[in-house]
Amino acid sequence: MKRALKLALVIAIVLSFTTAYAAEILNGAGATFPYPLYSKWFYNYEKQTGVKINYQSIGSGGGIQQIEAGTVDFGASDAPLPKEELDKHGLFQFPTVAGSEAIAYNLPGIPTGLKLTPEVIADMYLGKITKWNDQRIKELNPNLNLPDMPVIVVHRSDGSGTTNIFTWFLGDVSSEWKTKVGSGTSVKWPVGIGGKGNEGVAGLVKQTAGAVGYVELAYVIETKMTHALVRNRDGHYLYPSIETTVAAASNANVPPDFYVKFTYSKGKNSYPIAGFTYYIVRKNMDRNKLSTFIKFVEWAYKHGNADAKALDYVPMPDSLKHKALTALKKL
Amino acid sequence: MQKHNIKLNKDHAFRGLTALLSLILLLLSIGILFKLIISSNLSFNAFGFKFLLSKDWDPVQKLFGALPFMWGTFFSATLALIFALPISIGIAIFLSELAPIWMRQPVSFIIELLAAIPSVVYGLWGLFVLVPVMQHWVEPVLAKYLGFLPLFKGYPLGVGMLTGGIIIAIMIIPTISSISREILAAVPENQKEAALAIGMTRWETIWKVMLPYGRSGIVGAILLGYGRALGETMAVTMVIGNTPSLSLSLFAPAYTIASVIANEFTEATYKLYISSLIELSLILFVITFTLNALARFLLWRMKRFEEVKV
Amino acid sequence: MKNLKYTRRKLTQKVMFFLSVVSAFIGIAMLFLILGYIIYKGGHGINLDFFTKLPTPVGVPGGGMVNALIGSTYLIGLASLLSIPVGILIGVYLSEFGRGAFASAVRFVSETLTGVPSIVMGIFAYSIVVIPMGRFSALAGAFALSLLMLPIIVKSTEELLKMVPNDLREASLALGIPRWKTILKVVLSTAKSGVITGIMLAIARVGGEAAPLLFTAFGNSFMNWRPDQPIASLPVQIYVYASSPYEDWHQKAWAAALVLMGIVLITNIIARVYARKK
Repeated sequence: MKRALKLALVIAIVLSFTTAYAAEILNGAGATFPYPLYSKWFYNYEKQTGVKINYQSIGSGGGIQQIEAGTVDFGASDAPLPKEELDKHGLFQFPTVAGSEAIAYNLPGIPTGLKLTPEVIADMYLGKITKWNDQRIKELNPNLNLPDMPVIVVHRSDGSGTTNIFTWFLGDVSSEWKTKVGSGTSVKWPVGIGGKGNEGVAGLVKQTAGAVGYVELAYVIETKMTHALVRNRDGHYLYPSIETTVAAASNANVPPDFYVKFTYSKGKNSYPIAGFTYYIVRKNMDRNKLSTFIKFVEWAYKHGNADAKALDYVPMPDSLKHKALTALKKL
Repeated sequence: MQKHNIKLNKDHAFRGLTALLSLILLLLSIGILFKLIISSNLSFNAFGFKFLLSKDWDPVQKLFGALPFMWGTFFSATLALIFALPISIGIAIFLSELAPIWMRQPVSFIIELLAAIPSVVYGLWGLFVLVPVMQHWVEPVLAKYLGFLPLFKGYPLGVGMLTGGIIIAIMIIPTISSISREILAAVPENQKEAALAIGMTRWETIWKVMLPYGRSGIVGAILLGYGRALGETMAVTMVIGNTPSLSLSLFAPAYTIASVIANEFTEATYKLYISSLIELSLILFVITFTLNALARFLLWRMKRFEEVKV
Repeated sequence: MKNLKYTRRKLTQKVMFFLSVVSAFIGIAMLFLILGYIIYKGGHGINLDFFTKLPTPVGVPGGGMVNALIGSTYLIGLASLLSIPVGILIGVYLSEFGRGAFASAVRFVSETLTGVPSIVMGIFAYSIVVIPMGRFSALAGAFALSLLMLPIIVKSTEELLKMVPNDLREASLALGIPRWKTILKVVLSTAKSGVITGIMLAIARVGGEAAPLLFTAFGNSFMNWRPDQPIASLPVQIYVYASSPYEDWHQKAWAAALVLMGIVLITNIIARVYARKK
């Protein structure tokens, strides 16, 4: 009993000491797509300034729900919210970096060079192409020795902006997908197995022979996964990369609410599965926290570019950064 | 006189305090039930009892149904029970009848430690050890020789129902075996002696006399194990494949109630979605609560054997 | 003829006994298989950094899990604070005062609560602590864990107090010691070692729980000492690291599993050996 009292006392003391630093801690949650980058940013930022920004990658859907519920200081999502949603919950969103998604696969003996068209990808995810040696895949890859293996489709089990971008892309290229399944952070998958987070999908693809999955580029590079060349709108086969993402993003037009979609965009060098990733905050955020947050965003825009490029994310053009910061400061 | 009163008052206060806390515990469990009911109201209003029968789980169309998750939950738990039951009873017989006395304590101790391994550690082991073994060795062999059965149709993925069932089985073996062992050990000597005296073999004594004698207790143990299997979360989430389906195939990925909650609860983006997840957890709560209540009742009936502790 | 039948019965017995030995062997083998593999995989991830450093981001080598180690300890401490005194007092009520329908109801509900899946407790804690507080927090996580500990403590306390001989109570009361003091000083302290065993088993049980922490304590990549902030824990960290695609994180997950399992099993073994000695 006495010990319990002592413990309570200690906790009370610790509590009263630490409350003073409230503004120096920010909690965020959401997208797994930019997690490798964010974790690096927050890690470096803490080293330089002592400000702790705790970020948990629970998926974009999670980021949106938790910022709406008000349980985190900022949410992160790769799926921008439409204006009505933002207004309804008093939220503000702005992009941080752009990224692209690779079509990762696990086929023994085919390390590179697998070509896929958007239509073939859509039909795999619709369950209409079930074998790797399907005629349509063979025609695209006459030089590859495609195995007689089932196509094991891997998708996200959680709500995800990565899914949002991917299903935007599938909806762009397949009217059947658009009417049957649709686009969103989570959809009713016709086939496949689910993994939690980009981490989970990447993990499952790596574990399962015959698997195919959509995975954020940084994860693919980091874990050396094999991934496919995807045909873009202009008919060129491209790997995802910084250059092909920049080319795609340069076509994007940016409205005041920063709701941007640039999947399957025009341009010879535009990779078709790409998008921005966003931070979302409440407009009525605690002022101390807001200023802490703004300081961080300024830092990230200024000093975070090298980290971004090193992990294959695309920093935003200066004009867009300026626009975002100005709007953020107006809150 | 004065002093005596104070003494009594303090006694009353102490008794009152303990009773109050007990009341709070009682209210707390009712509170859990109510909170779950209230929070699932939205989903209940939208889907009614069709929620239980609908196989849709479509966050885009805002359609939710519990059927695939209930299927996954019961299928995986039943599978686990099929694996775990014979082994658990075997262990119980070994420990109460066959093993030399010096061996009984340590062996039962070791098996009970299986229950102490955290679920997430089982999941880790399952994901990196069991899944590849299943995908490359066990499932292809099953598919080759038993592939004509609907149970073994489909491509071996490693993750899926079978792997989930095996992991849960390992986790519930200690629950079932330790209670069954105590129940067998509590069968009165004269019952056994009588059976042996009329010429039964030792095995027949166990099978025809001791097990039937402890029947209700063993059924209680099974229900407890089954309840645990239904609610198992982390390990299952990591190996079952997380796809809502109604497939009969053991190779197919599936989804359980507990794992869909673990995966989607923090990320459901609108109220109906959250409410549907909470209704799922209400279903899980009611099922496990009922099973446990039943199990307790059966074990309580066995209480005539003083040694039986659960 | 009769002989043949007898031989067959004997054979059945042999086969069944053999199968039952095999079952026991499977059970034991399972434990050592899992234990052995985790020691093998986790062993080389254990070093000083693991216990003293914070996690590093993907691609940055080194780092440890001190935040999760401290976090788990913190959560368990806070959960103990919430559940141990309450649990013991409820156990006292059931053993010393509890008669009639109310006590039976409490006993029944408490026992049945042990079978409620831990994730349901997580949802409950989320809706009554996280949402009103507006933040994931160590407190919410500890609350969820305390709900899991409570029934275990209640049960073990009640059972052990009932084993204390009545003579002791009567002797103490006869000496003029009031009832409440008799219970706290005489009855409880007689059963002390057993009650402590129960508490240790409860701690070992919840120490490995990840499910109720996913949406209560959440996670934290830094060190946290405040009950109103999210906090890391070993089980959640293992889950996150295991389902990642990074070799380095898998390695850390194994090491963390080894540490977690070590702590849980050792607590368990101590509790049981201690209980047996008494």
